[in-house]
Amino acid sequence: MTAETTKRLPLRPAPQRSFFHVYRIQFSITALLLLLYVVFIIGDPKTYLSFNIYRSFMISIPFFGLMAMAATFIVTLGEIDLSFPSAAGMSGWVFASSYIYSGSFLLALVLCLATGALIGLINGLLVTKIGIPSIVATIGTMFLWGGLVNVVTEGHGIPMTQLLDDPLHALFVGQLFDRIPAQFIWFVAGSILMGVLYKRHRFGSHILFIGDNAESARMMGIHVDRVKILCFVIMGVSAALSVVFILNQLTFFWATTGSGYLLTTLAAVFIGGTSVFGGKGTMIGSFVGVLIIASLEPGIIAIGLTGFYTQFIYGLLITISVAVYALMLRRRD
Amino acid sequence: MNAKPPLLQMKGIQKSFGHVRVLKDIDLEVNWGEIVALIGDNGAGKSTLIKIITGVYKPTDGEIYFKGQRITPRDVRASRALGIEAVYQERALAEQQELWRNVFAGHERTTFLGFLDLAAQRRETERLMRTRMGLTSQAITVDSEVVNLSGGEKQGVAIARALYFDADLIILDEPTMGLSITETDRVLKFTRSIREQGKSAIFIDHNIFHVYDVADRFVIIDRGSIAKRLLKAEVTREKLIETMVELHESGAAS
Repeated sequence: MTAETTKRLPLRPAPQRSFFHVYRIQFSITALLLLLYVVFIIGDPKTYLSFNIYRSFMISIPFFGLMAMAATFIVTLGEIDLSFPSAAGMSGWVFASSYIYSGSFLLALVLCLATGALIGLINGLLVTKIGIPSIVATIGTMFLWGGLVNVVTEGHGIPMTQLLDDPLHALFVGQLFDRIPAQFIWFVAGSILMGVLYKRHRFGSHILFIGDNAESARMMGIHVDRVKILCFVIMGVSAALSVVFILNQLTFFWATTGSGYLLTTLAAVFIGGTSVFGGKGTMIGSFVGVLIIASLEPGIIAIGLTGFYTQFIYGLLITISVAVYALMLRRRD
Repeated sequence: MNAKPPLLQMKGIQKSFGHVRVLKDIDLEVNWGEIVALIGDNGAGKSTLIKIITGVYKPTDGEIYFKGQRITPRDVRASRALGIEAVYQERALAEQQELWRNVFAGHERTTFLGFLDLAAQRRETERLMRTRMGLTSQAITVDSEVVNLSGGEKQGVAIARALYFDADLIILDEPTMGLSITETDRVLKFTRSIREQGKSAIFIDHNIFHVYDVADRFVIIDRGSIAKRLLKAEVTREKLIETMVELHESGAAS
């Protein structure tokens, strides 16, 4: 080798940072989704090649999809929120009872979203100002708000069939062109908004920085507490908006409304590839994660397994994907 | 005489934690375009003094003037707004974030409604990389995650960022700790660049060779008081080491 060729070599080998490499998590998860659908279509072509199943997905996905997008902010901060199902329940009760009492959809909607925001605010204050680790704080508020719903309803539901006649009903769960459920459009629009906030806005930059190195963020003048509180508020409002879809779709408030979405929502975020260590994540991943989680249960039944497999397969997917992502994101020494 | 007041002037600074007096009557000045080294054993009070300047601690007594104005630093953010910036080795950068996100953390360039001006941030980061950080390796781009940078390069980013956002006084707390010789040289070069831009620095390092290399003035702190002030012009490196040893021995004897 001549001196000249040696000189031209870079000091360190330049790592190939191809488009595929940069978005490797997003590609992996999309590949997983496609693979699942290949299995489902082969397993039950009649169901999976008709539009009906996709319409039913579009009806039910927004029930937890928006919460998964909002939870991506929280997980990126290195925090967790376990109370959002109870936030959905509590704000759902506020929606139902204020709607029945006043007959005003708009008033019920505003009070419902305000309840979600207040619950998020309390979570945020507990975590930042009181200094309780979020996992503990939100276990507390999960029981607090879930318990309060039990107290005020005494376990009884609230029928709300008059919602069907309300002009605002269609705005949330109507069908566009008789095909596309309105809540799915809300979900897609909300996801795009949160995705843009995440990677293309100052707010998202601060979330990523705090999740990566909170001490450094504080020294760079980022209002760490304020950002965290805002993320919990967004989580609460998303839970409240989700419950508006649920109540309008079912026209009945159950004392258990909202519960049951904890696992699916967080599973979507973790399968989606947002780092459990904080500081790194992807909204596209969470979005695809939501689609995967929503497809699993009917898919498992469609390919001939019983519903008893659902939780097992959720567990399997979460464990494997979190382990794979941890390896992919492992810090290079 | 220069009519301009010194950049930083501390008068009669005292600090006690309960009954323990950590700093006793400290007077310290830092002029414009000057690098002042703080030297002293562990526990001498260097880091307490630094934390008073950066607003982490409130002094028990004493006055601080910055650019001729009396200041009472309330917190780190307020000190930064005045132009005092501390660069800590481990806490300066977010490792998993891109270089451009790190440079503009907390000072984001935005277009409207807080949306990031990505093009401007990446362009400015590129310029900073070439002109100030000395990052010439082809492996590093503005989109590189900071985890891919060496220890010295990280310090360079932190210093370049502070200068870019107009810090007038940069505090470097053991910036060469744990770095290799070439990496250390890099950091010392960055430190000298602070003076070249007419800004000032307070430099803390245990290695007297590094200290002698970059500083214009040495302030030796011993058990909470200033034991000696020396100008680089009036002392050789050997003499400085001798002074340190003498102080250390007198301390051990008492």
